[in-house]
Amino acid sequence: MIPAAFEYHRPADVQAAIRVLQDHGDEARVLAGGHSLIPMMKLRMAELGHLVDLQDIAELKGISVEGATVSIGAMTTQQELIAHEELARVAPILREAALQIADPQVRYMGTVGGNVANGDPGNDMPGLMQCLGATYTLVGPGGTREVAARDFYEAAYMTDREDEEILTRITFTAPTGGYAYEKQKRKIGDYATAAAAVLIAAEGGKVTRASIAMTNLSDVPVHSGAAAEALIGTNCDEEATTAAIAAMLDDIEPTEDNRGPVEFKRHVAGVILARAIQRAWSRA
Amino acid sequence: MTKMHIKLTVNGEPKEVLAEPRELLIHTLREQLNITGPHIGCETSHCGACTVEMNGKSVKSCTVFAAQANGAEITTIEGLGTPDALHVLQRAFREHHGLQCGFCTPGMITRAHRLLQENPNPTEEEVRFGISGNLCRCTGYQNIVKSILAAAAEMNAMKEAAE
Repeated sequence: MIPAAFEYHRPADVQAAIRVLQDHGDEARVLAGGHSLIPMMKLRMAELGHLVDLQDIAELKGISVEGATVSIGAMTTQQELIAHEELARVAPILREAALQIADPQVRYMGTVGGNVANGDPGNDMPGLMQCLGATYTLVGPGGTREVAARDFYEAAYMTDREDEEILTRITFTAPTGGYAYEKQKRKIGDYATAAAAVLIAAEGGKVTRASIAMTNLSDVPVHSGAAAEALIGTNCDEEATTAAIAAMLDDIEPTEDNRGPVEFKRHVAGVILARAIQRAWSRA
Repeated sequence: MTKMHIKLTVNGEPKEVLAEPRELLIHTLREQLNITGPHIGCETSHCGACTVEMNGKSVKSCTVFAAQANGAEITTIEGLGTPDALHVLQRAFREHHGLQCGFCTPGMITRAHRLLQENPNPTEEEVRFGISGNLCRCTGYQNIVKSILAAAAEMNAMKEAAE
């Protein structure tokens, strides 16, 4: 399985990478960890003339935690994210989610930036970033702009990013309270049949704030405000959880594929969300 | 397409090859450098038979372009032990029947080697999770896990004895 021929670029900074994108238009793509793109190139489902490898760009690397503000460079690998103790302390949901992505070898190469920018509905980080209310930084020929993760996804593989822009950084405020990332998959390395990211803050035995996002149950990640709303003021008992699941089911639109028919996916989505709510509540 | 000059350090030895940008690292290793320990199994980044170490990471060399590895340090199974001086992991796999057909073994041992670098004293569950990117169709994994745990114990005993 050999991909079609292409020209390889390894720029040293973001501006040089953008210039290659400008020179070659939609013939060029950036390469992060490559574990979504290279398999597609080998299958010749992705053919492109120019590949822009971002590995030498220092400003795209690293995780910083300043107070409650977390900033993750796009080229941070899943493995680096998992190994970062300070990140695990302030936002443990990231480690919990990243450990459920792919397998060890893929996590050494696969990046957080690639995961959020690719626009694959199966990727786990987009839903998680919507749950966290994260912001993406995009740099292009016209300068830098920020887009909320909740506004970024338009359809499968279609995002707000322009062809000549590079997603450079992800920023969010570290959440307080309980958290859970729950994922149903057929085997290690598979994408989710259904996955749920849940954050719950509580006071005096009642939920004061909640955020819920679902993965691989529509052509985009689904941040369900109604599902979160159903938990506010409750103690996450069966009645509240059932109401949250009903609200979530109104927001998703799964399609049939080799992971099962629509009815099954809706069933699994409910089971997974119930588990995520229970675990987040137990940690709140 | 113009070929690129690619420099690698493979098992401690500097190597230089000419390769098209689309050449995958596994082909560079096997076909240009005659390093045939890493195997081509599924070619779809699932099975892990092509696992090598690149700059201290376990990677599936069927899903890395040689161009990406330009400048990198690569370790393959050939770099861990020789027939006359097997690595502890290789000996443990032999003693505990950690292989049957042997096809997955180079990838399995190369991955286990990195796992034990990062976690020298893993639990059985951590070993299973740590090798979850490597498939074996013969053993049912039981003896592979046993081999890795035995190698970990021996490596730790050797370390203690040396201190």
